[in-house]
Formats: sequence, structure tokens, C-alpha cells
Amino acid sequence: MSATATMVERPPPQARGWPRRRIAGYALVCLWILFGAGIVSYLVIAWNADFFAKYAPAYLRGLGVTLALVSISMVLGAMLSVPVAYGRMSSNRILSGLAYCYVYFFRGTPLLVQTYLVYYGLGSFRVELQSVGLWDFFKDAFNCGVFAFSLNTAAYQAEILRGAIESVPRGQWEGAASLGLHKLQTLRKIILPQALIVALRPYGNELILMVKASAIVAIITVYDLMGNAKLAFANSFDIQAYIWVALVYLVMVEILRHGVEWIERRITVHLKR
Amino acid sequence: MPAQSIWTLLSWGPDGWLDDIAYGALITVALALATLPIGLTIGFFIALAKQSEESSLRLAANIYTTVFRGLPELVTLFLFFFGMPILLQHLVRYFRPDATIDVNSFVAGMIVLALIFSSYASEVFLSAFRAIPKGQYEGGYAIGLSNWLTMRKVIVPQLLRIAFPGLENCWLSLLKDTSLVSVVGLAETLRNASIAARVTKHAFLFFGVASLVFLGLAVLSSFATGAILRSLGRWEAQR
Repeated sequence: MSATATMVERPPPQARGWPRRRIAGYALVCLWILFGAGIVSYLVIAWNADFFAKYAPAYLRGLGVTLALVSISMVLGAMLSVPVAYGRMSSNRILSGLAYCYVYFFRGTPLLVQTYLVYYGLGSFRVELQSVGLWDFFKDAFNCGVFAFSLNTAAYQAEILRGAIESVPRGQWEGAASLGLHKLQTLRKIILPQALIVALRPYGNELILMVKASAIVAIITVYDLMGNAKLAFANSFDIQAYIWVALVYLVMVEILRHGVEWIERRITVHLKR
Repeated sequence: MPAQSIWTLLSWGPDGWLDDIAYGALITVALALATLPIGLTIGFFIALAKQSEESSLRLAANIYTTVFRGLPELVTLFLFFFGMPILLQHLVRYFRPDATIDVNSFVAGMIVLALIFSSYASEVFLSAFRAIPKGQYEGGYAIGLSNWLTMRKVIVPQLLRIAFPGLENCWLSLLKDTSLVSVVGLAETLRNASIAARVTKHAFLFFGVASLVFLGLAVLSSFATGAILRSLGRWEAQR
């Protein structure tokens, strides 16, 4: 331990003068600054009080729809992912085969196709759905979005859960069993606290992916953030409709990313040396 | 409209839609394959910049990945597809006032997917770079290889081997992201399937077929990557 502690590598000293890579780096940073300044100045020049007054409330409403969609699907997906993960880890051939097929299908096909399959595809079974009284649910595009997204994220979350639980060494199970804890207690008190630390970062990534993917419900006529941007662009032919929405998404994703990093730092304090 | 059986709908030819969907699948594969080399190249250089000692290069590369990983794919696509013609038009008007510009949806899709793919691939390359010990570079320099030759002969062969599983994931998500380009009117699998669905009113059938096409492509590419990985292993064992 002490040997590695003395071998701390220092970063190499900064090169002096203007080597080629520094020129390239400064040029690229300047390019980004120009790009950012271009966008800001465009937004200033194209500033349109009418546009803002008309669409800002719509964007806010859209943001609410996006957040609702993502949070509902994440929670439903988390609930659904538990039996799927159980199936994946089960020694029963049929059960694990079924879970594998479920995960493979939802991870192997685009979310857009799955959303279409629910929103347009289930329309083919209108009579059957009406007879069981589910048609009113699937008539609404938002519900279809939530349905497709929950199924999709359940597949990803099941894999995250499985990976995290399998990352806990077997000895932990055996130790708990030798102390006389039964399976459920072991899972709740021993395995999950360790597994969730491993799973936090993948869960955070999945949340970010869901926020980003939620933009596609705009295509099935849900007026989320992107849907309102589409509407604003269709009415005004003003590209700032998309620039504003891009900024909102970027800020949202950055907040989430840094939030997850902060939580990870907080809960792994006891693992740092 | 006379009731058509499912098999007529899925037949090859003027009555069926299988040829349209197969053509769409071809476009999907072409788009993904055309994006791959561009995305890999950009991603490699972004990773190089990210592990450079020069902080300005790192900053520029980090801004790139933050932007293109933070924006939803659809927003990037729309910004590019609708914004680029406006921008180009302003530029071209200085020279030819009457020119109009349309962005081809294949090209727009290719550029946007390359931007997204490269920002994800750069992370994969970066972690592969970090997995290669410093001694490999030093060994290369010690036997008199130049910077470039060390990179080409010593680092890149190992890098590809380490980065391969991660790049496979990037490829799979690229394959899935191509479906988004259907929204701006590229006649790929999903768009042809939705045209078929609208015309025949058999939505579940055709979107089901589209999802099977994507599933088939995923299975096919996992076979292909398996074969590549095996041959990489053989090639390494021979040396």
C-alpha cells in the first residue's frame, strides 16, 4: 500500500512556447467561442417579444409533460424491471429464456419503432381493446408514450439491476446465510445496499437517456417540450424554436449528470481511501 | 378494398410491400455503414485530444462531447436539417443571390449520426487509451519509432482490440438511431413500413415487420462482430 502511495505520478510539465497541438487547441476553442457567440448573437438579433410571449408558456407546459412522461415511465419501468431481472437470473430455463427474449427485443429495436408499434399498431386491435375497455387508455398519445417507454426502460433497468446484483460477490450471500438470514433479508440488508452503489451510475445514464429519448414522443403528437418546439417552428419558420429547446435539453441533461456525480461522491465516501 | 391476406401484403412485387421494406432496410444499412468510418475517425481524434497534455485541446474536445451527448438525437437532427439550409443560404447569397439550398436527408442524417456516434465512440476510445500502459509508448520510442509510427504500429492495434466491445455497443445504437432519420423523410425501413401501414391499415403488422428487420440487423451484426473478434484473436495469436 505504502509503495503505491509514494509512486504518485505527477502530471507532466506544461510545454512552453507554441507547439502544434497548442495552436490546434486554441484554434478549436476559438471556433467553439465563435460558434457560441454566433448563437447568442443570433438569439439577440432575432429576439422577438411576440414569439417569446406566445411560446414561452407552451414550452413550460411542454417541459412539464416531458418531466411527467420521464418520471412516470422511469418508476413504472423500475417496478417492471424487478420481475424481469428475477427471470434473467432464474435457473428455470423457460423463465430465463422469456426474460432474455423480452430484454433482447426491447434493447435490439429502436424506441421509435416500439412507440409506433404501440401508438399506431395497437389501433389494429381496436375492437378487441374496446371489448376489454382498454381502448380509452390507448387512444391517448401520452399514455401510449408512457406505455412504450416503460416497457423499453424496464428492459434496460432489468439489465442494470442484474449486473449490479451479480457484481456482489457470492461470499456475501454465503456469509448472510451462515448468519441465519433468509433470502429476502439478505437481499434487502446485504446485497442491495452494495449493488445500488454499483447501479447508481448506470441508472443515472438511463435517466439521461430517457430524458433525451422522450423527445421522440413529439412525433406521435404529444405536446412535450419537443412537440411544442415543432409546433412553434411549423407556425413561425423561425429556427430559434429549436435553438431554445436545444438549450433547455442541454441544461436539463447537465443538471442530471452533475447531480448523479454529486450523489455518487456522497454515497461512496466510505470507500475512498 | 378487397380483404387481402397477410401473405399477399408481405409478398414481393406490386401487391406486396416486402420489396419496399427490403429496400428500406438496404438504406438503413447503407446509412449506418456510411456513418461508421466518419464517426470512428472523428471519435478517435476527439479521444486523442481528450488525453492530450494541452488543456485547450481537452477543453475543446470536452465541449464537443458535452454538446452532442447532451442534446437529444432528434433535436440535433432537426436543428441540422432545418438550420443548415438557412445558414448556408445566408452564406451563398453573398455570391449568388438567387440560389436555394436543400439539404439531402441522407447526408443530413449521416452528418448528425456521425456527430452523435463520434461523441460516444470517443469515450470508448478514451478508456481504451487509458488501459494501454505508458511503457508501450516508451518502448516504441526506445526502438526509434516516430510518434506517428508508434501510434500506428504499437498503440492502435492494441487500442482496437480493447475498444472493440464498446464500439460494438456504439454500432448497435447507431443502427437504432438511423430510424430517427425517417422523420425528416429518408425512405428507410421505418418510413417505408409506416407508408405501408397507412396505405393498408395493417399498422401492427408492418411496424412488427420493421422491428423484426432491426432485430435481424442486430443479430446479424453480433454474428459479424463475433467473427471479427475471432479473426482479431487469430491474427494476434499468429504474431
